[in-house]
Amino acid sequence: MSSGINMLIFEQSRKGRTNPSQAPFERPELTGIPESLQRKKRVVMAETSEMQTVRHYTRLSKKNFSIDTHFYPLGSCTMKYNPRACNSLSMLPGFLSRHPYAPDSMSQGYLSCMYELQEMLKDVTGMKEVSLTPAAGAQGEFAGMAMIRAYHDSRNDDQRTEVLVPDAAHGTNPATAVMCGYKVREIPTNDQGDVDLEALKQVVGPQTAGLMLTNPSTLGVFERQIEAIAGVVHEAGGLLYYDGANLNAILGKVRPGDMGFDVIHMNLHKTFSTPHGGGGPGAGPVGVNERLKPFLPVPMVAYDGDHYSWVTEKENPQTIGRLSGFMGNAGVLLRAYIYARLLGREGMVRVSEYSTLNANYMLALSKQKGFDLAFPDRRATHEFIITLKRQAKDLGVNTMDFAKRLLDYGFHAPTTYFPLLIPECLLVEPTETEDKETLDAFMDVMAKIEQEARDDPEYVKGAPYTQPVRRLDDVRAARELDLVWKSE
Amino acid sequence: MSEIPGELKYSKSHEWVQIEDDGTVLVGITEHAQDLLGDMVYVEVPEVDSEIEVEEACAVVESVKAASDIYSPVSGTITASNEALTDSPELVNSDPFGEGWIMRIKLADRADLDQLMDATAYAEHVESEDH
Repeated sequence: MSSGINMLIFEQSRKGRTNPSQAPFERPELTGIPESLQRKKRVVMAETSEMQTVRHYTRLSKKNFSIDTHFYPLGSCTMKYNPRACNSLSMLPGFLSRHPYAPDSMSQGYLSCMYELQEMLKDVTGMKEVSLTPAAGAQGEFAGMAMIRAYHDSRNDDQRTEVLVPDAAHGTNPATAVMCGYKVREIPTNDQGDVDLEALKQVVGPQTAGLMLTNPSTLGVFERQIEAIAGVVHEAGGLLYYDGANLNAILGKVRPGDMGFDVIHMNLHKTFSTPHGGGGPGAGPVGVNERLKPFLPVPMVAYDGDHYSWVTEKENPQTIGRLSGFMGNAGVLLRAYIYARLLGREGMVRVSEYSTLNANYMLALSKQKGFDLAFPDRRATHEFIITLKRQAKDLGVNTMDFAKRLLDYGFHAPTTYFPLLIPECLLVEPTETEDKETLDAFMDVMAKIEQEARDDPEYVKGAPYTQPVRRLDDVRAARELDLVWKSE
Repeated sequence: MSEIPGELKYSKSHEWVQIEDDGTVLVGITEHAQDLLGDMVYVEVPEVDSEIEVEEACAVVESVKAASDIYSPVSGTITASNEALTDSPELVNSDPFGEGWIMRIKLADRADLDQLMDATAYAEHVESEDH
């Protein structure tokens, strides 16, 4: 193994080393650039040869554990395959060369794509209007809650200080409510995974600004009482917020707008095939019903039957404002547009049908192989929960050990220890893009690891054995953040 | 089975309470609770002199798995917080009933103590949650 295998590119840097290596290289003369605009200090960049650079990044790329190389059933994250066409078509020169300051008249192609994406998202979610501008799911959540706040404020209804959040919610929900100045009240879940309706009725009232709900919930079940919940909250004057995290399960089947939700955000990286992780860039469009329309973030795209144009503060004076430069991450939105166009109406339904079929198939296999399920009597949505509490207690091998051992067998682990309500849990989400053989292979390996845990628990607890690193020190990583390279 | 000292009182949300002669109580989380939460990375203790209500969230423990609120088992005034936890949150894991204590509260109403469980009842509570 050559040196540099675990070095940063900066640590490989040698002063004066340049890309062309042996090729004669002359530094170009700087002419015509005023003295005042010339950089005085050198840019801190790694100085490496072209070959070194290629090797470095090729090595790094080989360490990736990704959907392009492995099954990645990370629950709540919808790690599905993104068709390559979404990427290649969005990189067409006409899209890439468009300048965000170009006038409407020169951006009709791009604007038409964005308008159609707004329309398709409206159609599939049952909302009355969509704004694409939030630059990530978290920002979409913030925008949604900010609109709820703006709505109550516009009516001088300032008694509403509380937002209700079920205890099964993603952690971002209470965080969003607090960021928008609300106090969070937690609603318990019953033993079947539904919201405890009686408990909800106890705490809802004139102080309720709204309820944030993910449906299907993080417990991998569909909230069956959604209409009753919507009734209770609306009757008290509160609004219903839909967290689009699990939209993949219901795409084209049930619409949040029809369930009674007033506002929703969508994670395009989950359901609509845009880049996942690594900081995105993200996109978290928001959709609203009639009464929240005036508050949508700008810009949006309008169409008069002839011409596409931007909708700004001028047309929407009550808007909560702008959330990002221009209209969010334009290239990412294009990928979602292309994905939606590729699928069409029929394809969207297939997404939810196959993602739930795959999850329910794995759930049935899990039962067959003797694993305990968090909700054995419920049908899974696009994901389901295995609890390894029994194995942890009887064999001393816990969920984290299973998760690490899965890596050795070439599978990314499902989400571990979330949702918090279920001890020693694995949240498994296969998505619609996996085939039966992969699902079978995964469950075979789960059974195999359980056998290993019986035969040699210490071995499983030492996993992984095949990865570039073994067990990481989670505690130290959380307490001593060390993320930025600094020159000596 | 984790340790459940006989001389302490317990809340349903897994806090322990040590009753002192001076009208204060010492509060921490049980060994069972720290076991569920996992390795601690951060503990936020309440401010001294703040008034708290029973079952009010008054401290936060953050582990590698999750951040969780700690609920006050009694109403009263905070008279001391375990500042050592700021630098050494792992004390909650290594010595939950001793060095890992979280706060001292001056009781507002001794009757709050009657709502708490003894060790036997708490052991049953842990057992019932386990199934």
